[in-house]
Amino acid sequence: MSGLTDLTLKAALDGLASKAFSSEEITRAHIAAIEAARALNAYVLETPEKAIEMARASDARRASGDAGALDGAPLGIKDLFCTEGVRSTACSNIIGNFVPTYESSVTTRLWRAGAVMLGKLNMDEFAMGSSNESSAFGPVTNPWRAKGSNRPLTPGGSSGGSAAAVAADLCLGATATDTGGSIRQPAGFTGTVGIKPTYGRCSRWGIVAFASSLDQAGPIAKTVEDAAILLTSMAGHDVKDSTSLSVDVPDFASFVGKDVKGLRIGIPGEYRLDGLQPEIAALWDQGVAWLKDAGCEIVDISLPHTKYALPAYYIIAPAEASSNLARYDGMRFGRREEGTNLTETYENTRASGFGAEVKRRILIGTYVLSAGYYDAYYLKALKVRRRIAEDFTAAFHKVDAILTPTAPSAAFPIGEKSDDPVAMYLNDVFTVTTNLAGLPGLSLPAGQSSDGLPLGLQLIGRPLDEGTLFSLAGAMEKARGVMARPDRWW
Amino acid sequence: MTETADKLIQGRTGPWEIVLGLEIHAQVASKAKLFSGAAVGFGAGPNEQVSLVDAAMPGMLPVINRFCVEQAVRAGLGLNAQINLKSRFDRKNYFYPDLPQGYQISQFKDPIVGEGEVEVERDDGSTFVVGVERLHLEQDAGKSLHDQDPNATYVDLNRAGTALMEIVSRPDMRCAEEAAAYVKKIRTILRYIGACDGDMEKGNLRADVNVSVRRPGAELGTRCEIKNVNSYRHIQQAIEYEARRQVEIIEDGGKIDQETRLFDSGKLETRSMRSKEEAHDYRYFPDPDLLPLILDADWVEQIKKSLPELPDAKKKRLQGQYGLSAYDAGVMIIESARADYFESAVAALKAAGGSDAKLVANYVTNELLQRLSADGHEIDASPIPAADIAGLVKLREDGVVSSKIAKEVFDHMWAGEGAPYQIVETHGLKQESDTGALEGIIAALIAANPAQADAVKEKPQAIGWFVGQVMKATGGKANPGSVNEILKAKLGI
Amino acid sequence: MAIDVATVRKVARLARIAEPEDRLESLASELNGIMAWIEQLSEVNTDGVEPMTSAVEQPLPMRDDVVTEGGDPRLVLANAPKSKDNFFVVPKVVE
Repeated sequence: MSGLTDLTLKAALDGLASKAFSSEEITRAHIAAIEAARALNAYVLETPEKAIEMARASDARRASGDAGALDGAPLGIKDLFCTEGVRSTACSNIIGNFVPTYESSVTTRLWRAGAVMLGKLNMDEFAMGSSNESSAFGPVTNPWRAKGSNRPLTPGGSSGGSAAAVAADLCLGATATDTGGSIRQPAGFTGTVGIKPTYGRCSRWGIVAFASSLDQAGPIAKTVEDAAILLTSMAGHDVKDSTSLSVDVPDFASFVGKDVKGLRIGIPGEYRLDGLQPEIAALWDQGVAWLKDAGCEIVDISLPHTKYALPAYYIIAPAEASSNLARYDGMRFGRREEGTNLTETYENTRASGFGAEVKRRILIGTYVLSAGYYDAYYLKALKVRRRIAEDFTAAFHKVDAILTPTAPSAAFPIGEKSDDPVAMYLNDVFTVTTNLAGLPGLSLPAGQSSDGLPLGLQLIGRPLDEGTLFSLAGAMEKARGVMARPDRWW
Repeated sequence: MTETADKLIQGRTGPWEIVLGLEIHAQVASKAKLFSGAAVGFGAGPNEQVSLVDAAMPGMLPVINRFCVEQAVRAGLGLNAQINLKSRFDRKNYFYPDLPQGYQISQFKDPIVGEGEVEVERDDGSTFVVGVERLHLEQDAGKSLHDQDPNATYVDLNRAGTALMEIVSRPDMRCAEEAAAYVKKIRTILRYIGACDGDMEKGNLRADVNVSVRRPGAELGTRCEIKNVNSYRHIQQAIEYEARRQVEIIEDGGKIDQETRLFDSGKLETRSMRSKEEAHDYRYFPDPDLLPLILDADWVEQIKKSLPELPDAKKKRLQGQYGLSAYDAGVMIIESARADYFESAVAALKAAGGSDAKLVANYVTNELLQRLSADGHEIDASPIPAADIAGLVKLREDGVVSSKIAKEVFDHMWAGEGAPYQIVETHGLKQESDTGALEGIIAALIAANPAQADAVKEKPQAIGWFVGQVMKATGGKANPGSVNEILKAKLGI
Repeated sequence: MAIDVATVRKVARLARIAEPEDRLESLASELNGIMAWIEQLSEVNTDGVEPMTSAVEQPLPMRDDVVTEGGDPRLVLANAPKSKDNFFVVPKVVE
């Protein structure tokens, strides 16, 4: 029944509901697909026994007529989510073989809705990276290859495993997280749909923290509707997260297919960077055309502080991370590298346990918070952050949503940018602004590059207005038509 | 302050003034921790009161305890301080095995309570004012045990995450006694409002002392912070040692290094804590897991209305209402339970038709509290109910017992023998006013001691000898008034 | 504000990350590259701007003073590199 892995989440749920197949059947099909796709390195931990056990329990629930919204659907879970009794590492050596005695709030919601866990997905270490190359388990390979080339490409990051697994049909959908673009950029690189909801929509409890004021969980899925279905189950107020928003979660899927006529779409001039690749510019124009055709009004807007978003982010995120990652000290869990005294044990543990990019960010974060630099860097960045948020507030007086490219390029070869941190950071140039402002951002596949690689467009919405993004993305998806799929070379 | 001269310490080169500021850490008397649902308590087994948040497991997040916020507000009101309706939590970053997060959640820039002031009583009853700079909420650390293993340290996180109120004073104290008196006053206030039990033995109230010295009236000198001084005695010893040390260094031409020092209660000296000094850059920044703490002005007003009578007000009232001396009132208000005890004794006395509140105060402060404190106890451990103090005073007012006998009755009460009137009955301690019996005794005494009788006739003051003899003969039960009357009649004076 | 080797050494020490002496030079130039790029923030006029610490505009939620967790040392010690008698065991701390 290999066709079962080709299904969208929506189609699979319909099939499960109509008893066309069982959860055990579709779960086994995915387990087989995962085994066959180890070359992609998307999963860092496969949990087939647990998956089958959960699938059988789901089938029993269906038989007794009390199935949840995701009942029986096999999903992949980014390794940043702590899962009870299942090793959770954030793809870092320092966490080692940590087996949580607790379950993250977001995954708890998914299991409550009946979903099945296939395993833990690869990612950049502590979600720091845009290419999945910083993972302690090695990089993920993008299922997509450039036309006529065997060169392995990155799936983007940090949720590279999630994006690759969805693109290669190794799960019906996956959890992911986004601190500066970690859902949307990999979604763009793999022809999948990803949404970072409004900050506070999804609980951060049980998700290994990178930068607390920016981190948000969200889904990566095959279609806009699938993303909407997943987000509906993932989101919701959580008293265990003080920054969780106490608001109702609508049925996001009900927004997909809604008429978008009359909606005003902002096109920010500042995103038309010098040297923007012509095919990215053309893709953007294509998106504009689709929305115009659907009856939207296109409005030129200005987000004047856009160019300062990445530098501000590279102060704020490392500063928070340097403190969030202090708990990885080898004392209570995880790796310990003994030294001759306590300080040496700390230093050895953290030197050997963290990878190069994580260490780089911890050092930057420590530096910008240290005495004498706090005002010049950290405080300044927080003020610039306010300016960026104000830009959006002003823009949303004039428009209902904003359309931009997801990333400045298509997927690039593994190793191409790993020696140049700043070049790597620029991957997030279009996505990072929404993290700073706390706004929802959705990436959907909109076309292909000249060498056949998927390209994404991003929709940015008002706070808590994910619904409008799903309506617009649904309309664009429809206008786009069926997306090509990667060839199964693995 | 005019009486500074006697607080100065003499160095080789002249007098020096000690300048003291205190940081008091008071554990909030909450059931659960500041940011987690783990229990706060004493005596649990290792790591039994630890949540995943306290152990800083990956992905764990803090959620603040409303009760702790309320206690901080109550404490702030008790210190006559400004309550900040908007405050914020910051992270103080440093590595230590008993600090699981690698940072302490504290309030650095915007504390919940701002400026206030406290009136403090010295032992002689005079008062002085200490400015309070701020009060903020923060997490306590866990405990490191160094003596379990020669090669390792054991860590127990039961205390980690417990809510502390840090109360920072202005450098307004000038001698060790003033510092101790200030701590006592803060402890009293916190216990009144119920924010902290003030148990110093358990470490629920601890002080760090900032000590500097200067020539009288000169600019402030460089200060040293002495950590964790946990009793009034240690506070005084630590200050005296540290001030001497600083004077000697300066007089030898040296300079004081601003540093953290630890008081060694065995050697009675302070020593440098270089390990903590080494990287003194805490990189404070707003905790992104928490939002600004916004207090509702109405809530604060409600809390204000719910506060009990505070020590200063109570002291004034006891003086005015019962005519107590400043000293007695001061002793009575140190614990609100003392004043409660006193007032219920007075109420019982009034109900029984008595009135001498000062006499009640006398028995409470001079007898009861002194005996209790000799055993290290407070009023709540009193074996004597307040009503019995009233009963004893009533017996005195009615002339049933003399002050001397009353003391004996009190001894029996202390021993738990029951109500004073019963004790008087059981032990036959009633004053002998039966004139017939007394007349017989006195007549016999005069007959047996003619020389003494003549002496008294010459010099009436010598009557005391006969009174003493009568008391001896009656076992102290004779009513002194009756004895005098009969003696005077019989001796014709 | 160029980062020199001494600064890198100090920062690495603060962050408790052992960086070998021969790495400091290249780390310094790496960090300088990033900080130079970040430096453009100084172009933004932020006079009178309130620092933005969170995207959430709501007061801090509070919970009741109720004991809901703890009581099971195994849950917190389960992943400890070293423990004994329900204590975490760590390298000797010298005060």
